[in-house]
Amino acid sequence: MAKPQTIDGIAAQRLPADQYAENFADAHPPLDGHEALVEADRCYFCYDAPCVTACPTSIDIPKFIRQISTGNLNGSAKTIFDQNILGGMCARVCPTETLCEQACVREAAEGKPVKIGLLQRHATDGAMRDNRQFYERAAPTGKKIAVVGGGPAGLACAHRLAMYGHDVVVLESQPKAGGLNEYGIAAYKTTDDFAQAEIDYVTAIGGIEIRHQQALGATVTLDGLCEDYDAVFLGIGLGGVNRLGLAGEDAPGIADATRYIAALRQADDLASLPVGRRVLVIGGGMTAIDIAAQTKLLGAEEVTIAYRRGREDMNASALEQQQAANKGVVIRHWVQPKTIKTDADGVSAVTLEYTENRDGRLVSTGDEITLQVDQLFRAIGQQLDDNLGDDEALASLTMEKGRIRINGTGQTSLSGVWAGGDCATGGDDLTVTAVAEGRDAAEAMHTALA
Amino acid sequence: MADLRNNFVGIKSPNPFWLASAPPTDKAYNVERAFKAGWGGVVWKTLGLDPHIVNVNGPRYGAIWGADRRLLGLNNIELITDRPLDINLREIKEVKRKWPDRALVTSLMVPCEEPCWQEILKQVEDTGSDGVELNFGCPHGMSERGMGAAVGQVPEYIEMVARWAKSHTRMPVIVKLTPNITDVRYPARAARQGGADAVSLINTISSIISVDLDSFSPEPSIDGKGSHGGYCGPAVKPIALNMVAEIARDAETAGLPISGIGGVTTWRDAAEFLALGAGNVQVCTAAMTYGFKIVEDMIEGLSNWMDQAGHADLDSVIGRAVPNVTDWQYLNLNYVAKARIDQDSCIKCGRCHIACEDTSHQAITNMVDGARHFEVIDAECVGCNLCVSVCPVENCITMEQVPAGETDTRTGETVSPDYGNWTMHPNNPMAAAE
Ligand SMILES: Cc1cc2nc3c(=O)[nH]c(=O)nc-3n(C[C@H](O)[C@H](O)[C@H](O)COP(=O)(O)OP(=O)(O)OC[C@H]3O[C@@H](n4cnc5c(N)ncnc54)[C@H](O)[C@@H]3O)c2cc1C
Ligand SMILES: Cc1cc2nc3c(=O)[nH]c(=O)nc-3n(C[C@H](O)[C@H](O)[C@H](O)COP(=O)(O)O)c2cc1C
Ligand code: SF4
Repeated sequence: MAKPQTIDGIAAQRLPADQYAENFADAHPPLDGHEALVEADRCYFCYDAPCVTACPTSIDIPKFIRQISTGNLNGSAKTIFDQNILGGMCARVCPTETLCEQACVREAAEGKPVKIGLLQRHATDGAMRDNRQFYERAAPTGKKIAVVGGGPAGLACAHRLAMYGHDVVVLESQPKAGGLNEYGIAAYKTTDDFAQAEIDYVTAIGGIEIRHQQALGATVTLDGLCEDYDAVFLGIGLGGVNRLGLAGEDAPGIADATRYIAALRQADDLASLPVGRRVLVIGGGMTAIDIAAQTKLLGAEEVTIAYRRGREDMNASALEQQQAANKGVVIRHWVQPKTIKTDADGVSAVTLEYTENRDGRLVSTGDEITLQVDQLFRAIGQQLDDNLGDDEALASLTMEKGRIRINGTGQTSLSGVWAGGDCATGGDDLTVTAVAEGRDAAEAMHTALA
Repeated sequence: MADLRNNFVGIKSPNPFWLASAPPTDKAYNVERAFKAGWGGVVWKTLGLDPHIVNVNGPRYGAIWGADRRLLGLNNIELITDRPLDINLREIKEVKRKWPDRALVTSLMVPCEEPCWQEILKQVEDTGSDGVELNFGCPHGMSERGMGAAVGQVPEYIEMVARWAKSHTRMPVIVKLTPNITDVRYPARAARQGGADAVSLINTISSIISVDLDSFSPEPSIDGKGSHGGYCGPAVKPIALNMVAEIARDAETAGLPISGIGGVTTWRDAAEFLALGAGNVQVCTAAMTYGFKIVEDMIEGLSNWMDQAGHADLDSVIGRAVPNVTDWQYLNLNYVAKARIDQDSCIKCGRCHIACEDTSHQAITNMVDGARHFEVIDAECVGCNLCVSVCPVENCITMEQVPAGETDTRTGETVSPDYGNWTMHPNNPMAAAE
């Protein structure tokens, strides 16, 4: 009998049952108390610290690290939450190697930055474990605000608004809130149902009602929200997925990476997820890396990422590329899909053409390679959902490059409507920027409502 | 290979590293392990008269640590030996017979009465001990009984007991001094006055190491209460160094042999004690922290450094720094230095800036032409060395002398080539009066 990994096509249970837990265990296990003290002591408590500047939410990093080292763990957590109420998730998912830790002076000095992410996790985990709540709501303002989308942007916005005494209703299209924290982030970055635990922690402040399966464009309209609420925040992320535009794209075995990851994140039994023997991923961002790494961990024998440009052009950081490679993922640069071959079972092969950069334009070199493929994933970017309704308010939102245009404080072109996170212009598609934008929009809304 | 052989008041040892009178030297078992490990000598844990004292039956130690729990300071409430006198004497005799090339000094603490000293000295002499150390230093437990630091704090008593000791034994007498006084020169002078052959210092410093913030008991806590203890380990070294130097350069005690104790943890610490006038060193906390093996690197490190620096034997090192220890009023006020930041090694943490800006002289930039940049502003720099002290990168900031003849941009004055100190300074009312 063939080993489960070498069965052609798409199949579940490719690995021994006990292998899954090991493969999807916490990628960066937490520091214990002593490790945290030693690591905290490495921080120089810089003046005007570059790590703070590099953090999209401007957490006072030297301060929270010092608070760890003095044994003031709750104070440390509060310092983090003051700026970033999703500091627990950000500690897990931020590409710190391109943010705070890249800026850390110890990176310049010795190539070993202070482990800011792990220290942040140490502090926030402690406070969340004890369910220490640091914020009380201000006196009720009587204002009602609708937050559309319960992802990082929406949650950060809701928390800050609730703190100021406003009543917040979060309208969430999915059965669970959390956005990509719940449905998108790689499973080994956020284990033990952390996304839901964090939502409970954040909403414990009170004044935040999450209404599930309420979708803009389906059950509510922007017109209606503008009428019923004093202000509206749109944090709906990017629900649509870019297509390759190739014939055969709808054949069995071809899927959106984000959909598959969502299913993986919700699966009770990872062994039940069908995965191809030979997996091909098209794309070069975090999503491409994540689907590749996770299908490999589910037991795919060969996983290849095909990216049409070079290593440095990839949105995924060098570290993330390295980590995927360490798991056995092959990353091919300067290739793009040209044709999809299908048979009765679905996709069977993909022909890639080689590309090069000629005078700033990406062109085919004329060379090709054909890979046998059992499962093909699209991971070439998301776009705004196009089923958000067609009412007047929505139509009057100015768009830019497929996203809702906002100014520096999150204000859209429509009075009374703010937006932030992936669905809006200005961000860089990170959890932490979504949090920063949600928080800043809340500040602006609060000022506007005063 | 440098010659590390040590001759301290006639007591010979193969190297200058002795274990101080403390738990590491409380029994034949420990002392033999120490000798096997290479220690040059020991001062046996302090003996007293029978009935022997008892120790607490709970924690004796408290500590302060650095971040990786590196032990920086230790505090203890232990007393002198809690074993019967005759057992100790028998073991001392056996060990000395087995290890004739090592120094074995016996530490003593008995009531302040001449017959007590006469009696015990006779008994110690019978063991073949190389010398005695009079423990006038222990700050807790014994001082409340009129011994230890209670004697060490009264120069007249020191002189008296030292004299008794000298008159009742032919062994060299070392007086161990307590640091729990205001000016260590007085007890040292008294020891010399009484005829002591040498002094050793420091014993532990009176201390409360910490308070448990739940029970509000000082640590170490015995049934909810704590009492002050004696502080030792790396943290006390600077205090010990100063006291050693004070005695070494005091005219009245000049030439009095000193055994340096207090925080010696590495060969480098030992070399510093020697340079400030100690004839050898004694170690307690470092051995209690890491075990006896640390003596290996103490020996090898000292030897390698002496080879590299061209010091053939210990006498070429001992006291070499003493002439350079002076009083503040004799420091050359015409020596002008400015901090220099090496931009290539600067990691831009900004600690020099904020330290200078918030707490000193506003002499370091944080921004130059819109970029993060740390540079010394000579016109403000007083040369204080704070930036060097707080910079995390070794040798990134250095203090450089402004050569004579150049202008100090801070004062606008030309740097004088001459030596000029406070006693000659026009602002000194005493100088003006002359
Ligand atoms: C696979 C993948 C991996 C990633 N990994 C990382 C990572 O490791 N680190 C990192 O920093 N970033 C990562 N990102 C990016 C990060 O997840 C996003 O930038 C972040 O989640 C954006 O937050 P948001 O609140 O704007 O949108 P989302 O997280 O997308 O949340 C939008 C919310 O709105 C809801 N919604 C959508 N449409 C409607 C509607 N019509 N009506 C009501 N509700 C609606 C959604 O259900 C969702 O809850 C990853 C993204 C992907 C796709
Ligand atoms: C637990 C303990 C017990 C000590 N007992 C004695 C003692 O009995 N007699 C004595 O002269 N000094 C005693 N000392 C002091 C040491 O000999 C030494 O002077 C002091 O610890 C400083 O040296 P260090 O910093 O190397 O430890 C003791 C020290 C400690 C830690
Ligand atoms: S840059 Fe690094 S060393 Fe400096 S404050 Fe931030 S974490 Fe600490």
